[in-house]
Amino acid sequence: MAQTIGILGAGKLGITLAELAVKAGYAVMIAGSGDPEKIRLSVTVLAPGAVPTTQNEAIEPADLVVLAIPLRNYKQLPVGALASKLVIDAANYWWETDGDRKDFMPKGMSTSEAIQQFLPESRVVKALSHMSYHDLHDEARAKGANGRKAIAVAGDNETDIAAVSEFIDMLGFDPLPMGTLKNGQKLEPGGSVFGANVDSATLQELLLLPAEQSA
Amino acid sequence: MTKKKYTFGLDTFGDLALDEQGNAINYAQALRLVVDEAVLADKLGVDAIALGEHHRDEFAISSPEMVLAAIASKTNNIKLASGVTVLSSDDPVRVFERFSTLDAVSNGRAQVILGRGSFTESFPLFGYNLRDYNELFEEKVELFVELLKEKPVTWQGTTRAALEAADVFPKTESGHLETMIGVGGSPESVIRAARHGLPMMLAIIGGSPERFRPYAELYEQATKEAGTKQHPIGMHSPGYIAETDEEAITEAFPFFKASMDKIGKTRGWTPMSREHFLSEVSHGSMYVGSPETVAQKIAKAMKAVGATRFDIVYGFGVVPIEKRRRTIELYATKVIPRVRKLLGEAK
Repeated sequence: MAQTIGILGAGKLGITLAELAVKAGYAVMIAGSGDPEKIRLSVTVLAPGAVPTTQNEAIEPADLVVLAIPLRNYKQLPVGALASKLVIDAANYWWETDGDRKDFMPKGMSTSEAIQQFLPESRVVKALSHMSYHDLHDEARAKGANGRKAIAVAGDNETDIAAVSEFIDMLGFDPLPMGTLKNGQKLEPGGSVFGANVDSATLQELLLLPAEQSA
Repeated sequence: MTKKKYTFGLDTFGDLALDEQGNAINYAQALRLVVDEAVLADKLGVDAIALGEHHRDEFAISSPEMVLAAIASKTNNIKLASGVTVLSSDDPVRVFERFSTLDAVSNGRAQVILGRGSFTESFPLFGYNLRDYNELFEEKVELFVELLKEKPVTWQGTTRAALEAADVFPKTESGHLETMIGVGGSPESVIRAARHGLPMMLAIIGGSPERFRPYAELYEQATKEAGTKQHPIGMHSPGYIAETDEEAITEAFPFFKASMDKIGKTRGWTPMSREHFLSEVSHGSMYVGSPETVAQKIAKAMKAVGATRFDIVYGFGVVPIEKRRRTIELYATKVIPRVRKLLGEAK
């Protein structure tokens, strides 16, 4: 199983995931957009145990890399360093900070498909994006606990989906594989499960609903 | 342990309330309603009222300090705050001038709460690019902190014209314009407030308040590293108060749901379920219930976060005028005294 998690992005989501991953027993490396010194204090206080570092140093030892960056910055990701890595796309298109989607996203693709296209040598899986960061923080529960919430996982490769599912289970949620990266569109803003903080059976039902809008 | 003093406020964005006939009031009526409500709050001894700047069709307040000035002329004690002033798309010099003017006409009752804003309509409206979201705020806060010294300012940056020994008027009587930074949950904003030696006001609008405890620690650590003063922490959250829990929950759900769903539509999140609402009420950040329930919840949250100020966002959504008034009255006469007691406030 994965031992070391590299998290790219040290905002609300990145730091919350770092905290959960440390609690789950992983070695966690986390990087912001530049000098690790900028995130040192936040990481030390909010996700004690995680190591603030540079992007490349967070990626290099990682068995699993989580993207918690503003979506519009995906083209600045280090393609070479991420080659062959299992990458979880946890980013969301957020018009308020990303601006117009068509300025940086190819048409008719899920955001994860676009990221997979940009990182051709990496194995991209979409997960951890449909639940808000404060729900992630509040709702993590031990395996088998009453009322455990579910997180959907979309990917094109069974082995990768299984690895990400195991990670999600360790963080404190029931993983729910839901099909391909293309399907991952349902997890994006406007999709039928965006914002969902529900158990596995309910999540399954929501996934069957048609999306109100799509990109 | 030394006993603390606590501050309790009411916050609104000037929502378009419902009149006696069940019709939504217009923008002018909504603004006059807020003035009347502030007068009532002052009479009932509420410490502060904070008006948030928005540029959206469901809210009437885009110029908080204009409304605050009107309130100033009709009240005596209540603090007059913006919650927040979207500094990123404003000019720090003008913000200082407007609030030092408010401070003068209100005999020193002005408070500015600076924020980046959780909505971003003001950016295109005033000709700013959202891509500069962080940089605009960072630079303008830096200038604002210089202006707060009330001495001639020499400053240079990329977001507005440079200043060369520029003196700004009116100066305040006390020499100190009360200023806070609104923080929505980004650790970077906490550190920014600490670095500038400004108090922070946490906007906690969903999820458990307890999760903000580490933010208080982060603030404390950051002030130590920066060698700045560690100020008390404030928090603001939405609420709705009625005589009984059942009445409050039954009445409030459709109001909260309608507002959250309207905002959610533009952000792409799924409609609010009753289950989600009830979980926010029981252990999240919606202060809905009888005075006793709400008081217990506020006291618990303030203790958990380490806050000494709590502001309730009242009348959130399309709420009948008399229900807004009832929330204010119960908050002032029952909830606040009860929370003070629960927290064991110094006399």
